Amino acid sequence: MTVKTVKSLNIDIKHLCRVEGHGDIRIRVEDGKLAECTWAVVETPRFFEVMFKGLSIEMAPILAARICGICSISHSLASARAIERALKIRIPEPAQKVRLLAMHAETLQSHSLHLFFLVAPDFLNVPSAIPLMQTHPEVAETAVKIKGFANRAADLLVGRSTHPIVIKIGGLTQVPRKIQLTELAKDLDATIPYLWKALDFFRGFKMPDFVRETEFVSLRGVNRYPFIGGDLISSDGICKKEDEYRSMTNEYIVDFSNSKLTRLSRESFAVGALARFNNNYDLLHPKAKEAAEGLNLRPKVHNPYFYNLAQLVECFHIMYESKELLLELIDSDTSEFSIPYKIGRCEGIGAVEAPRGVLYHCHRINEKGKIEKADCVIPTSQNNGNIYYDLHKLVNDLIAQGMEEKETERLSQMLVRAYDPCISCSVH
Amino acid sequence: MKYLGIMLKKPKVGFFDFTGCEGCQLQITNKEENLKALFGLVEVVNFREISSERRDDYEIAFIDGCITTDSEVARLKKIREQAGTLVAMGACACLGGVNNLRSRFPLPDVVKEVYDGHHVDSGPVRKVAEIVPVDIELPGCPISKSEFEWLVRHLVLGIEPQFPKYPVCVECKQRLNSCVLDMGMMCLGPVTRAGCNAVCPRNRLGCWGCRGPSEEANFESLMEILREKGFTEEHIAERVKFFNAFSGILNSDC
Repeated sequence: MTVKTVKSLNIDIKHLCRVEGHGDIRIRVEDGKLAECTWAVVETPRFFEVMFKGLSIEMAPILAARICGICSISHSLASARAIERALKIRIPEPAQKVRLLAMHAETLQSHSLHLFFLVAPDFLNVPSAIPLMQTHPEVAETAVKIKGFANRAADLLVGRSTHPIVIKIGGLTQVPRKIQLTELAKDLDATIPYLWKALDFFRGFKMPDFVRETEFVSLRGVNRYPFIGGDLISSDGICKKEDEYRSMTNEYIVDFSNSKLTRLSRESFAVGALARFNNNYDLLHPKAKEAAEGLNLRPKVHNPYFYNLAQLVECFHIMYESKELLLELIDSDTSEFSIPYKIGRCEGIGAVEAPRGVLYHCHRINEKGKIEKADCVIPTSQNNGNIYYDLHKLVNDLIAQGMEEKETERLSQMLVRAYDPCISCSVH
Repeated sequence: MKYLGIMLKKPKVGFFDFTGCEGCQLQITNKEENLKALFGLVEVVNFREISSERRDDYEIAFIDGCITTDSEVARLKKIREQAGTLVAMGACACLGGVNNLRSRFPLPDVVKEVYDGHHVDSGPVRKVAEIVPVDIELPGCPISKSEFEWLVRHLVLGIEPQFPKYPVCVECKQRLNSCVLDMGMMCLGPVTRAGCNAVCPRNRLGCWGCRGPSEEANFESLMEILREKGFTEEHIAERVKFFNAFSGILNSDC
């Protein structure tokens, strides 16, 4: 058998489509050797860390939301949590539950946007989800039902799905009425069959074959699959406290990217659905495990294209756990949803599992209740290094297989897209 | 598409994101049940966030985000040359939005604080209208999807859209909300342009003014009320400046 080798490739993708924000892929192969391979984040920075400076703490969760249109609830909650931990206050239980439900609504919305609008077109050979309404109406209907439910849930729980309104330091401005929660629970029941339909579609999509071993970082779940706060763990055996996020992320700056990169035990690590799945599989809802079985997905998975499937599994966990949370709220006293606080000089860190991975906000507050210093470490910044090294290995693998330029370009785009990068977020 | 028996022309539209959170574009993909009808009214030829198809024969351009770099200026001017109608969408595009909060500090200090002296390409925060003429401004942070759909219907039918002239306060009363000012919260609803259906006061948060001033807004009167209720000048100024929606209207001491 003769081994085909690719002599030369020249791939130059400006502003990769079907991802949030602006990133470029550049691949050059000369004489069968990889000469250049970059994943460059060219998004213009907004300097959020500076924007926070001098603001009253009550403004922080509202400003934090504006970091990202897709994961605004996560940002708002991480910022509020950082301040609440700094002030050493514990928010009432109904507020904790509503916040977790709101995170679930956001993650479901974000995952379904990614899976159906951004990823599915690659597998169905169409440029976008718009023609799917004609060519694959049943896929489009499933997307609309699941995403529609997620948005209605967020609207009810936090006021709207983009840039939440009710999240404030100490809890929430209000909680939904019991009758509204009951309606939402019915809406959820009616949506669950569509999730199983989605599973059928995605079972039919063959994920590209590619493996690069890496380190997975996530929050560590205790009793529950993790979403808000807790210890930090890595699949290479590292465990740290939430407050030690800096030594868990080790941000550094490179010339080719406006996003900072991170590392821990290896040259890069990964966060997000696949990291959570690999690190906390045991805590998934039984129905989510059933879905994972249906997709032949078992930890630990080192193929980044399987981020897509791990997201789908998480959708199951979210839906079934949301049902339980809703019933708990309906059956409990929800009259306390906010507590007062006293201002003082302090500093706090808040970590949450945003849809794309663990997100950290840190706020230092002065005696007047103004923010003196802010720091945020974004999931996609943590993934950008891993994407970069994945891309190198992928292209080298494809060169060895004698892959054509068009297919190399397609698989490279799909690789980056699998991570569901939130690029404007990563630059912030 | 036919409307009342009359064939409507289907304008070609493009969506272009600049420096922002892309939340406004996301609003458009939300409210999924109307998506099919919406995409039946217009032909989307350029929408990078959701499609790999990108053409430059658009007639209407929707711009979101503020403008901060020279390359963005050049890109925006090119879009203006092509588009018959240019819509600035959201607080960042219409006002500069929260991005202006960094303009309180000199740019070199800002870059040093975040990037530790590494070079990054950035410039002053500008709204779209500072670079090219804007035909329509669709306000809000984020934009409201129903207002976006309302605007698209007007554009397809060729009718000039008339945004509400009255303040958020009017919509809030129409919804029979309890007044958040009376509950002790700060609210800019009395001076902010309506059209959001008072979504923030509805959810027990005073208005932050993301949609900019209503017509003939009585700022003096609102200031008087806020002072009477015990809000400090500093607190009021912080709120008023948040979205950069009232610059040039209030005294510099506010």
